[in-house]
Amino acid sequence: MIENRPWLTFFAHVVLILGVVVIAFPVWMTFVASTHDADTMLRSPVPLLPGGQIIDNYRVVLTEGFAQASRTPLWKVLFNSLVMALAIAIGKIAISIIASFAIVYFRFPLRNFFFWMIFVTLMLPVEVRIIPTFKVVSDLGMIDTYVGLTLPLIASATATFLFRQFFLTVPDELAEAARIDGAGPLRFFWDVLLPLSKTSIAALFVIQFIYGWNQYLWPLLITTQESMYTAVIGIKRMITSGDALTEWHLVMATAMLAMLPPVAVVILMQRWFVRGLVETEK
Amino acid sequence: MQKRVTFDTKLLPYLLLAPQVFITIAFFIWPAVEVVRQSFLLEDAFGGNSQFLCTGLLTDPLGGEAWQRCFRHFDRLLSDPGYWHSINVTVFFSLMVALIGLALALLLAVMADRTLRGATAYKTFLVWPYAVAPAVAGVLFGFLFNPRVGVLAYWLDRIGVDWNHQLDGNQAMWLVIFAACWNQISYNFIFFLAGLQSIPKSLIEAAAIDGAGPGRRFWTIMFPLLSPTGFFLLVVNIIYAFFGTFGVIDALTQGGPGLRNQHPGLQGLQRRLPRQRFRRFGGAVGHPDDHRHDPYRRAVPLHRAACPLLRRR
Repeated sequence: MIENRPWLTFFAHVVLILGVVVIAFPVWMTFVASTHDADTMLRSPVPLLPGGQIIDNYRVVLTEGFAQASRTPLWKVLFNSLVMALAIAIGKIAISIIASFAIVYFRFPLRNFFFWMIFVTLMLPVEVRIIPTFKVVSDLGMIDTYVGLTLPLIASATATFLFRQFFLTVPDELAEAARIDGAGPLRFFWDVLLPLSKTSIAALFVIQFIYGWNQYLWPLLITTQESMYTAVIGIKRMITSGDALTEWHLVMATAMLAMLPPVAVVILMQRWFVRGLVETEK
Repeated sequence: MQKRVTFDTKLLPYLLLAPQVFITIAFFIWPAVEVVRQSFLLEDAFGGNSQFLCTGLLTDPLGGEAWQRCFRHFDRLLSDPGYWHSINVTVFFSLMVALIGLALALLLAVMADRTLRGATAYKTFLVWPYAVAPAVAGVLFGFLFNPRVGVLAYWLDRIGVDWNHQLDGNQAMWLVIFAACWNQISYNFIFFLAGLQSIPKSLIEAAAIDGAGPGRRFWTIMFPLLSPTGFFLLVVNIIYAFFGTFGVIDALTQGGPGLRNQHPGLQGLQRRLPRQRFRRFGGAVGHPDDHRHDPYRRAVPLHRAACPLLRRR
């Protein structure tokens, strides 16, 4: 700090605490609502402090099911989300890292063409090509499958670009040395490049895990059976159109459980998360 | 662009590129081409056969009628007041989300940059909303402002504001803007803080020695040096508001004050409002959900059913 201005420092703390309170308030209320019973939720206003139903509510949601109609237990739905998030994160990293390895370390016809073809997909978000993409997936018979949920989202221009930028900063001497020692390209990739990329991979994993877990529009289209819903879709489906029928305490317990994994990933891997965020956007 | 040292295996690079290229073609390039192709097709109601609209251009490339026929779907879309309304709403929404989100994040980042004590804790508490799914954020705000059970709606009622975003389109709009900002604020915060911390301390110290107070230092040194970050964030936020907020809106309002099943007298309004308010680019092809649950539409392949504007006539 350049000079000592106690009032300004005090003001800064006040603003920050206010900011934290405002940002945390929706989630605090979600937690509070998930610990009360149905009767309390119907009386307005909802209390501001937690109640005693916490274990019951979470047990009901996890084992007996979140939707009144078919009673699919939530752990199944959370499992779907986990599969989707992991498949997208790992899949994106895997195919992007080998693609950028090919683009950076080999000289072959059409190299630039392929690079631009991948790069151009940045301009094609899911929303603008949603109907034909759905048609492709349904023609391939991948509706209501994990493959259909994840495969179309796995191609990644940003990840390819990130790895390309990183590989370009790796000193040429490493590749030279590997070649002199008689290592082929795959060996060089596995023993030299991959260990060097560890931090980039970790950072990218955090970002892509959150991206995969939070997908909404695509699973909404691809899943028709409740057993294939992801957690985010499940919550949306719990809110019945007739307002009075919505079991808010169970909805909020589900929301807590659906938020928990990505939030935990962000908080536990905060360093990688910030790095990944700032790097992917460069 | 490329390494000085390269390997010269012939087949391997193609194999390495194959998965990425295959997925890109199957799920990105091909559907994008289809979007363009189908916008020039005329299909009958059941999609039995389709007709290319631009054949007339081959025989009569200068005839106005041939051109009109070729671009008839675009013509129809552009002359639809609902479409222009949705564009207006989208632009207003995006600008508001970007400006409010950026201003609040900048304020918090400047304050966090000032504090020495507790900076890490503040940071941890401010970054995690990024991890909350937009649709879940929509549900949380819908709960807080729910006119029957919501706490904030109750407090607003106590101070004399009659809050019901399910009936009032303006309130629905602001609610969606708040929820979208809440979701995005941590992202902006991280970038602003990184930008602030990369400003050389010597510049600020020099200004302080010359007698510039904190406000002056901010506006004449930090703010201009932050402008590249600010511009980048403005672009990213507008893209987010255009494409990333479908979940928030769908979970909160389904694209407008949803009056369904409530008041028969309001049904005339209801039929227009939910479709037209907040219909965004993504929504221009219709609400994907509705088509799946409508038994008649279900019989028709979804890609055709969901393009009511682009077929028949």
